[in-house]
Amino acid sequence: MVEGLYYKRNEKIMSKMITISPVTRIEGHAKITIQLDDNNDVIDARFHVNEFRGFEKFTEGRLLWEMPGITSRICGICPASHLVTSAKAGDDILAVEIPETAEKLRRLLTLAQWLQSHALSFFHLSSPDFLLGFDSDPATRNVFGLIAADKEFTKRGIRLRKFGQEIIEILGGRRIHTPWTVPGGVREPLELAKRDQMLTWIPEARETVGLALDALKKIHKKYAKEIPEFGNFRTLLVGLVSKDGGLEYYDGLLRIKDGNDNTIADKIEPKKYFEHFGEAVEPWSYLKFPYYKPFDYPKGMYRVGPLARVNICDYIETPLAEAERKIFKSLSGNVNVVNNSFYYHYARCIEMLFAVEKIEMLLKDPAILGLTIRAQASINRLEGIGCTEAPRGVLFHHYHVNKDGVIQKANLLIATAQNNLAMNRTVRQIASYFIDGKKGKITEGILNRVEAGIRCYDPCLSCSTHALGQMPLHVELLSAGGEVLDEVRR
Amino acid sequence: MSVITFTIDGEQYSAKEGDTILQVARDNKIPIPTLCYLEGLSTFGACRLCVVEIEGSPKLFPACTTKPTESMVVRTSTDKLKKYRRMIVELLASEGNHQCAVCVVNGHCELQDLAYEVELDHVRFPYLFPKKSLDATHKDFVIDRNRCVLCTRCVRVCHEVEAAHVWDIAGRGIDCEIIADLNQPWGTSPSCTSCGKCVRVCPTGALFDKGAAVGEMQKESGFIKFIVNARNKHEWVRTAHEEE
Repeated sequence: MVEGLYYKRNEKIMSKMITISPVTRIEGHAKITIQLDDNNDVIDARFHVNEFRGFEKFTEGRLLWEMPGITSRICGICPASHLVTSAKAGDDILAVEIPETAEKLRRLLTLAQWLQSHALSFFHLSSPDFLLGFDSDPATRNVFGLIAADKEFTKRGIRLRKFGQEIIEILGGRRIHTPWTVPGGVREPLELAKRDQMLTWIPEARETVGLALDALKKIHKKYAKEIPEFGNFRTLLVGLVSKDGGLEYYDGLLRIKDGNDNTIADKIEPKKYFEHFGEAVEPWSYLKFPYYKPFDYPKGMYRVGPLARVNICDYIETPLAEAERKIFKSLSGNVNVVNNSFYYHYARCIEMLFAVEKIEMLLKDPAILGLTIRAQASINRLEGIGCTEAPRGVLFHHYHVNKDGVIQKANLLIATAQNNLAMNRTVRQIASYFIDGKKGKITEGILNRVEAGIRCYDPCLSCSTHALGQMPLHVELLSAGGEVLDEVRR
Repeated sequence: MSVITFTIDGEQYSAKEGDTILQVARDNKIPIPTLCYLEGLSTFGACRLCVVEIEGSPKLFPACTTKPTESMVVRTSTDKLKKYRRMIVELLASEGNHQCAVCVVNGHCELQDLAYEVELDHVRFPYLFPKKSLDATHKDFVIDRNRCVLCTRCVRVCHEVEAAHVWDIAGRGIDCEIIADLNQPWGTSPSCTSCGKCVRVCPTGALFDKGAAVGEMQKESGFIKFIVNARNKHEWVRTAHEEE
């Protein structure tokens, strides 16, 4: 039992609980409960993920070479991230260094995945809150309402996502669930004409990200009073950085910083992740609670994803994104770390800018058109770990195989799960600020802000619990005896 | 040699003595779905997908093993036949563990093609999810019994063409399984020549090359007819159709 995060189950506290369920406009399915104490003050809030998929179990007995194709089915939003990470775990087991062209093509795919997922998060899922207002009518506070309000802006956002999807389709033959990346490399080289087709998108994409950044900066001003309550707390920040400390997405080494900009650990080989990170389990959620082992559970709370990545890197290799990173850092006050989860959105936009610039660099590199793309080998190790930065944060695939390449054990450490402790903390902070327990009611405004707080993390619960289904919102306000004082479903 | 004249779907055709209804239909481009049948191998009549109606009999007959007789009236595409063919594919789907989306032959699978052909939009029978084994002990190939439809093409090609007779069927009824030699790991089989013919003729993803990823395995079974012709008739000829 952990103080603060959980209310005491066996103790008779005359308190009340609020539940928000299901949470909308995130990927997956979840419920929120808000616990009140005797004085009707919020003492705890929990973000429950109530679905289960079991990929780690049912892939046992399958072949290593099938794993990228199978695990990419975990998610329809970021299948390419699972695909590439799984293939990297396969490279490790084959003990091969993949050809240069294959690595560049995989990098291109990973950035396209970032771009389409970030565009989806920003334009389709989060912009309705920003541009239409947190308290606008929920019936129209969605992408359709956004089209009605600002058709051009929305269209540009949808097209930006399309650009990412189109790269994935050109490389892999299909937008969703391409099986194009395999242990040892990739399956098809890139043709010149298709390379050129991708390049034609760059100017428009760069401009659209610029529009997103402009819009976001206006939002920062508009909600200047509310933003400090949107999950503003210090946690560890974890992500990959390149060997010389730059923003990284495909390879690199793990860096861990705290909320005061102290480097807790650096240059950790991703293959040693399990020495540094543990996974706790709570009976009320299928989403595990990863934590930094040396700090123990739950003090080892850490955040991954855009906010962590842009915070922990020393620089970004592309010029426009690097300029934005410096502005981003200026929001941090005197600690040089932006701790407020609301700025996930800003970090996400900076990463979109980086993705567009870096995609252009990769496409203009002659090596991207190489024809040597796949290393062939048999099983040379019985254990392999793949690690990349998925849109929502660092992703690990860890496989054990027998000498024939049959999976004996699989562990998938998913980005959203790693934000789980922080998401719970965010919900608690927002609930404490906005809920007046004496009224015993969940107002629309509270619902909207709690949802928006979760949406900062752009959680993908399908991935992280390996869960099925849609993502509606369900919030409950409960008393200590378990009495439901109020309940809202959307 | 006597010639038999009979009717398929209202048109008159002639057959040489010994021809099957399926051979005549194929020669005349009349589509009849098949699964276990493969030109060059003996006929087995296992899958029952090629069933046809013959006037005067309430029974359905497999076109691959039934020989026409003079003035026989055959129908290949009635509502009744469509219903039974669809049901056969449904039963195959429910009896195995066929996950097309993550299968090595996705997009190049004869069972998948059949499912489209019979318009299998859903399966009415409960899936059995049988516990089947995957054997990856061979250095080049894998057998995944989850995807096996027991067509016995592998058994026949190994026995009749390669003459190694590695494969057999063990068990009874719904528990039948393809086994190597005396039910041992394929990689330990002393009789297997690693020729790969069984892999090429397998209509599904049950037999495949080790290292193949999702949708990557493409089968080519036309070469069996070529080998058999070359061996029996000393004719080394590929028709334009086979070249395709």
